[in-house]
Amino acid sequence: MTSELDIFVGNTTLIDEDVYRLWLDGYSVNDAVALRVRSGILEQTGATAGVLQSDTMDHYRTFHMLERLLHAPPKLLHQLIFQIPPSRQALLIERYYTFDEAFVREVLGKKLSKGTKKDLDDISTKTGITLKSCRRQFDNFKRVFKVVEEMRGSLVDNIQQHFLLSDRLARDYAAIVFFANNRFETGKKKLQYLSFGDFAFCAELMIQNWTLGAVGEAPTDPDSQMDDMDVDLDKEFLQDLKELKVLVADKDLLDLHKSLVCTVLRGKLSVFSEMETNFKNLSRGLVNVAAKLTHNKDVRDLFVDLVEKFVEPCRSDHWPLSDVRLFLTQYSVSVHSLDGFRHQVLWDRYMGTLRGCLLRLYHD
Amino acid sequence: MPGKLKVKIVAGRHLPVMDRASDLTDAFVEVKFGNTTFKTDVYLKSLNPQWNSEWFKFEVDDEDLQDEPLQITVLDHDTYSANDAIGKVYIDIDPLLYSEAATVISGWFPIYDTIHGIRGEINVVVKVDLFNDLNRFRQSSCGVKFFCTTSIPKCYRAVVIHGFVEELVVNEDPEYQWIDRIRTPRASNEARQRLISLMSGELQRKIGLKVLEMRGNAVVGYLQCFDLEGESGLVVRAIGTACTLDKLSSPAAFLPACNSPSKEMKESPFNEDPNPNPHSSGPSTPLKNQTYSFSPSKSYSRQSSSSDTDLSLTPKTGTGSGSAGKEGGPLKALLRQQTQSALEQREFPFLTLTAFPPGLLVHVGGVVSARSVKLLDRIHNPDEPETRDAWWAEIRQEIKSHAKALGCHAVVGYSESTSICEEVCILSASGTAAVLNPRFLQEGTVEGSLEQRIEENLPVGCGFCHIPYDELNMPFPAHLTYCYNCRKQKVPDVLFTTIDLPTDAVVVGKGCLIQARLCRLKKKAQAEANATAISNLLPFMEYEVHTQLMNKLKLKGMNALFGLRIQITVGENMLMGLASATGVYLAALPTPGGIQIAGKTPNDGSYEQHISHMQKKINDTIAKNKELYEINPPEVSEEIIGSPIPEPRQRSRLLRSQSESSDEVTELDLSHGKKDAFVLEIDDADAMEDVHSLLTDVPPPSGFYSCNTEIMPGINNWTSEIQMFTSVRVVRLSSLNLTNQALNKNFNGLCENLLKSLYFKLRSMTPCCLCHVNFTVSLPEDELIQVTVTAVAITFDKNQALQTTKAHAEKSLQRASADNEEMLQFPLELCSDSLPSHAFPAAKEHLESASSNSGTPAAQRAVTVEKASPMGDGNFRNRSAPPCASSTVGVVKMTPLSFIPGAKITKYLGIINMFFIRETTSLREEGGVSGFLHAFIAEVFAMVRAHVAALGGNAVVSYIMKQCVFMENPSKNQAQCLINVSGDAVVFVRESDLEVMSAQQPAVNCQPSCTGEVTT
Repeated sequence: MTSELDIFVGNTTLIDEDVYRLWLDGYSVNDAVALRVRSGILEQTGATAGVLQSDTMDHYRTFHMLERLLHAPPKLLHQLIFQIPPSRQALLIERYYTFDEAFVREVLGKKLSKGTKKDLDDISTKTGITLKSCRRQFDNFKRVFKVVEEMRGSLVDNIQQHFLLSDRLARDYAAIVFFANNRFETGKKKLQYLSFGDFAFCAELMIQNWTLGAVGEAPTDPDSQMDDMDVDLDKEFLQDLKELKVLVADKDLLDLHKSLVCTVLRGKLSVFSEMETNFKNLSRGLVNVAAKLTHNKDVRDLFVDLVEKFVEPCRSDHWPLSDVRLFLTQYSVSVHSLDGFRHQVLWDRYMGTLRGCLLRLYHD
Repeated sequence: MPGKLKVKIVAGRHLPVMDRASDLTDAFVEVKFGNTTFKTDVYLKSLNPQWNSEWFKFEVDDEDLQDEPLQITVLDHDTYSANDAIGKVYIDIDPLLYSEAATVISGWFPIYDTIHGIRGEINVVVKVDLFNDLNRFRQSSCGVKFFCTTSIPKCYRAVVIHGFVEELVVNEDPEYQWIDRIRTPRASNEARQRLISLMSGELQRKIGLKVLEMRGNAVVGYLQCFDLEGESGLVVRAIGTACTLDKLSSPAAFLPACNSPSKEMKESPFNEDPNPNPHSSGPSTPLKNQTYSFSPSKSYSRQSSSSDTDLSLTPKTGTGSGSAGKEGGPLKALLRQQTQSALEQREFPFLTLTAFPPGLLVHVGGVVSARSVKLLDRIHNPDEPETRDAWWAEIRQEIKSHAKALGCHAVVGYSESTSICEEVCILSASGTAAVLNPRFLQEGTVEGSLEQRIEENLPVGCGFCHIPYDELNMPFPAHLTYCYNCRKQKVPDVLFTTIDLPTDAVVVGKGCLIQARLCRLKKKAQAEANATAISNLLPFMEYEVHTQLMNKLKLKGMNALFGLRIQITVGENMLMGLASATGVYLAALPTPGGIQIAGKTPNDGSYEQHISHMQKKINDTIAKNKELYEINPPEVSEEIIGSPIPEPRQRSRLLRSQSESSDEVTELDLSHGKKDAFVLEIDDADAMEDVHSLLTDVPPPSGFYSCNTEIMPGINNWTSEIQMFTSVRVVRLSSLNLTNQALNKNFNGLCENLLKSLYFKLRSMTPCCLCHVNFTVSLPEDELIQVTVTAVAITFDKNQALQTTKAHAEKSLQRASADNEEMLQFPLELCSDSLPSHAFPAAKEHLESASSNSGTPAAQRAVTVEKASPMGDGNFRNRSAPPCASSTVGVVKMTPLSFIPGAKITKYLGIINMFFIRETTSLREEGGVSGFLHAFIAEVFAMVRAHVAALGGNAVVSYIMKQCVFMENPSKNQAQCLINVSGDAVVFVRESDLEVMSAQQPAVNCQPSCTGEVTT
C-alpha cells in the first residue's frame, strides 16, 4: 500500500516553525525528517515516522507555494489563497530574509551577479551551509538590491516598505546593498577578523554621513542625480576630501597638529610615547585614505587601508581601546585649533564617520 | 422586467504577466449575465489595472436572477491575435434577492482559471434593484431563504416546520458531448462549471417555489448534490426542510431571546406568519399535492401500494397505546394521532434537521436506512427526469415504511447519497425514525392544555430515549428496561441515531468518534451481472458494519450512537463500507454489557488460554476506555427500578433493506437472536481478525477528543480558537493477491493513520476536540482508495473540562436553555493580551487559531534563535508593525458546525454553493498529485472566503465539501479535480465585543480598499 497523494489544507495555514527553519536551511524532506526524529519529537508526541514524513511533506509543499509570495512580501499580505495571521506573516517574512553570518561575510561587497552566484558552490562547501540555503540568501540580497538600487529616499525605509522587514534586518540589508553597490573589499585575509556587524555598523555611519542623502537638502532640481541618494557616496564630498591633504603635506601644520594632540593627551594615555612616535604615520595614513577616495579602486580598498594604516599599527603597539578613543577624539578636535586650516566642516564630516568606524574596527 | 442588476468593475491586482516582451498585461473585463455582455476599456500595460468602470446595468427577470450566475471574464487585449483569457469569476447573486441578507456584493475576488488556478484578483461591486410586486406568476421564488445549517438558524425562531422538500434536475454532461472532442479542456471545464451553476440556480428556484406553496419562507438543512453519471448525464438534486422562520430582529430583543429560546416559544406561540400568504386557503387544503415533484397521480398509487405491504408490520396508532406506561399511554396515543394527522398529509414526513427546537423531538425510534442498486441509462429528455425521481421516491417510500414499523411517523436527520461506478449506481437514504410534537408542524393550531401536559409530563433529558413502538408488538427482537432516568417508561438497551445529541440529553462522561470500516472484494462484471453482484454483497456488508459498530460501542463502554452515517462506496472490483458516529453513554439507557469471547473447541488447553488472554485484553480495554471517557454512571439500586437489571442484550435498531431494480424488498434481522450476553465466537481466522481489529483502534492522544456530531458530548467550555481543515489521501493497493482481510487491514490502517496525522498536525491546539469529523471514501480507479476528511478542531478550557458527572448533567441541562451562548471568552482574551502579536494594532481580530496558541513562543523564539542578526525583543515587535498592519484581507472563519464558539451569529447572508473544476497538463511541474490538489483546495478555500467577505460576512458555518472527485493520469502528466462546497455565509460578533458593540462596527473588513497596496 503506497500513498499516492497525501495532503492537509487548513483554513488557517498551519506553519510549523521548526520545519520552516529546516526548509530555510535547505534540507531535503528526508533529511528534515531525520533531523526531526533526532529531536525526539516521536517520543514526545507518540507519532510514527510515517506521520512525520507526511507532515514534513505537507509543510514543505506549503512553503514552496509561499515562496513565490515571499519574494514580494507585500503580496503575502494582500493575497487571498493562504489565510495567515499577521504575526505569522511577519515571522515568515523575517525568517525568509534572515541570513547566515558566515554566508554574508563571503559575499559582502561582491557584485551580486551571475559570476558570484557560480561561486556559491564553493561558499557552500566552505561554510557548511547547504547550497539551497546559499542560493536563497544570495537571491534575497540580489532581489533587495534590484528593487531599492534605483530608488529615492532612505535606503532603510525603502527596504522596509518593500520587504516588510524588521528595522534591524532592514538595516542589515541596507548595509549589504550599500556594500554591494560600492564594492567594498571585505574578503582579504587581514579583514577576516571583522564580523558582518562591524561592517554593517560602518555602512550605517557612511550612509548617514557620506552619501548624497546625508546632506539632508531637498533636491532643488528633480532631474539632478539625486536618485540614488543613500546608495552612492557623495562624489562631490569625495572630491573635496583632497583638500585635507594639506594636513600632512604642510609640515608646519602637521607639527602643530601633533603638538596640540600631545599636549592634551600627555599623561592620559598608557601608550603616550608610542603615540608620539607614530603620530605622523597615523595622521598621514588617515589623511591619505581620504585623499585617495576619488578613485573607485581606492574606495573599494577603504577597509583594507583603514586596517593597514591605522588598526594594525596601533594593535602592534597594544593600544587599549580607550586610548584609541581618546586619541581619535583629540586628533579630530585639535584640527579646529589649526588656524591655517580652512576645511573644518569637511574634516568633521570625514573624521566623525571615520572615528566611529575605526573604533568599531579596532578589536582582535 | 422585475429586476435590475448593476455591476461595476473597479480594479485588478496581481494579474499574471501576459505579454512576455513587456512583462506586463493589457487587461480588460467582460461582464456577462444571461445573453447580455458588457466590456470595460482596455487598461494598458499594468498588472494592477484601475478600470473604475461605469455601472453596467442588466434588466432581467427574477427567474433569471435566480438561475444565472454573473460571469466576469478578465482578458488580455491583443491587437493582432485573439484576446487571451486570464480567468473568470462566477458570482451567485442569490443572496441579494432576499431582503434580510446582503444588500451589496463588493470586494476582491480571485480570478480563477480551470487550467492555471487563481491568477490575480478583481474588485467588483454588484447590486440588485428588485421590483417585488411583479412576483405574481411564481416562476421565481425570490425571498425564500436557504440554509445549509441542519438546525433552526441561530437568529431565527421556527414558527412552523412544514416538512420535506426535494427536487432534481438533469442534463447532459458537457464533458461527454460530441463537441468536447474539438474544444479545449478549458472551454469544456468552463461549460461544465457554468452548467452546474445554472442547474443549481434552477434547482434552488424550484425548491423555493415548493416552499412558497407550502406557505413557508425558508429551507433549512438544504443539501444539494451532484451525481456525475458520466455518459448518462448529470443530475443535480437537493433535499431540505421547509420552514416558516421568524427573525429575532432587534439586537436588544435578540439577546435574551436567543438565550432562552424555549421560553420565547411559549410566550408567543405559533401565530403570526411574518409573510402572510395572499392565497389563504384553509388548513384543510391538503398540503400533500404540493410536495409532489412530478406526476402526482403516480405518487398516489405508490403510496397506496406501499401501505399494503407495510401495515402488517406497523402497529396501528390507536392499538399500540396501552403499552407505554400508565400515565403516558393515552397521552402518547393522542399525541401520536395528532402528529400523524399533521404529518400523514405529506408524502414524506422527513426532516433534514439534526438538531431541533426544544420540545419538537418526543421519541426516537432508531436508524432507518434503505439502499437500492440501479443501472444508469442515458437521460433522454432532460425536461422530464422521471426515472431518477421515481428511484428516489421508491427509496423514500421504503424509509417511510421502516419508520412506521418502528411506530414513528417522522424521519429526522434524513439524508440521501449516491455512489456511482461506471453504469452502476447505489442510492442510499438514511434517517432516524422519530415521533415529533405536532405543534411545530401545523399552522395556527391551538393546542392549549394538551401542549402543557406534554411539557409537564415529559421527563427532562430522557424523553427522547423512550420507545415509540409497542412493547408487545415489537418490530424486531429487543430488550427493554425501565428508563434509568425517570424509571417510568421503557427504553432500549442501545440507541442508534443519525441526529445530533439533543441538548437536554443527560450524558455520562465524554463521547468519542466510532468508526466501522469494511472492504469486500467483488468480481469485475458488466451491467446487470454487476448490479446483481453488488446487491448480493450489500446485506452482508451492512450486517458486518453494524456488528463492528456494536462491538466498538461496547468496547468503549457506551450505549448510544449519534450522527451515524454509513457510506457504501462501489468500485470496479470492491465495495467499501465506512460508518462514522459519535458514541456516548446516555444516562437513561442501561449500562452496556461486556463482550465475551467464546472458542469453538473448548477442550483444547492452549486454545483456552489464548481465549482467556484475549478476553482479558478486551476487558482491560473496556475498563481503560471507561476511565478515558470518564464513564462512571451513578449506581442504581435495584429496588428503585423495581425489576432486576437484566443482562443487556444485543439488539438492532437498524432497519434496512436492499432492493434492486426489481423493487424486491428484503428485511434483514441484524439482531443476534436470543443470546443473553454479547458473545463473539472465534471459530476461524476471520473472526480472529475481527477481534484483533477491534483492539487496534488506538484512542486519540491525550488532550484530543473527536466526534462527528456538532459538539462533543461532555465538553461545553469551548474557547474561540478554531481550525477547519480538509485532508485527502489516496493510496494504491498492491494489486497482487488481494484478499478481503488484507483489504480490511489496509483500509483500517489508512483511516487510523489519517487520524494520527491529524492529531499530530493539530498538537499545538491541545486541549482540543475534532468536531464534525466527516470521512468520505471513494474508489476512483481499480486499486486506488481515496479518503477525504473535513473537520474542525476547537480548543476548550481544560480546567473546566474536569467536571464531575453530576456537574456534566447539570451543565448539559443548562446548555439546553442557554443554547451554547455562555461559552467563556475570557481565558483566551487574557492570554492574548500578553502576546507579542498584539503589537500589530490592526491585527487584533486576525488573531486566529495558530497565532493565539503558539504565537508567544513563535515570536520569542524568532528573537532568541536569530543567529546572524540578533535583535532586541522590542525591535522585532514594534518595527515590523507598520508594514504588517496594512493588510486589507479580512479573516474569514470556516467551520462545518452551525455555530462559532465564543461568538454570536448576528446575520445570515445567504448560502454559498460553489463548484470548481481544475485541470492540469503539467502535473509534475505543479508538484505532482499532492501539489496539484493541495493548491486547488487552498484556492477553493480562498474563493469561498472571498465570496463571504464580499457579501459582508466574516464566517461560513455549516461548511461542507460535498464532492472532491480526483482523477489522474500520471503517464500523460495530467490530472483533473472537481470540488463542490457549500455553507452559510454569516456575520458573527465575538461575545466579548458585544458589550461595546454599540460603539463599534462588527469585525468585518470587507470593503474594497486599495490603500496600503504596494506596486511591485
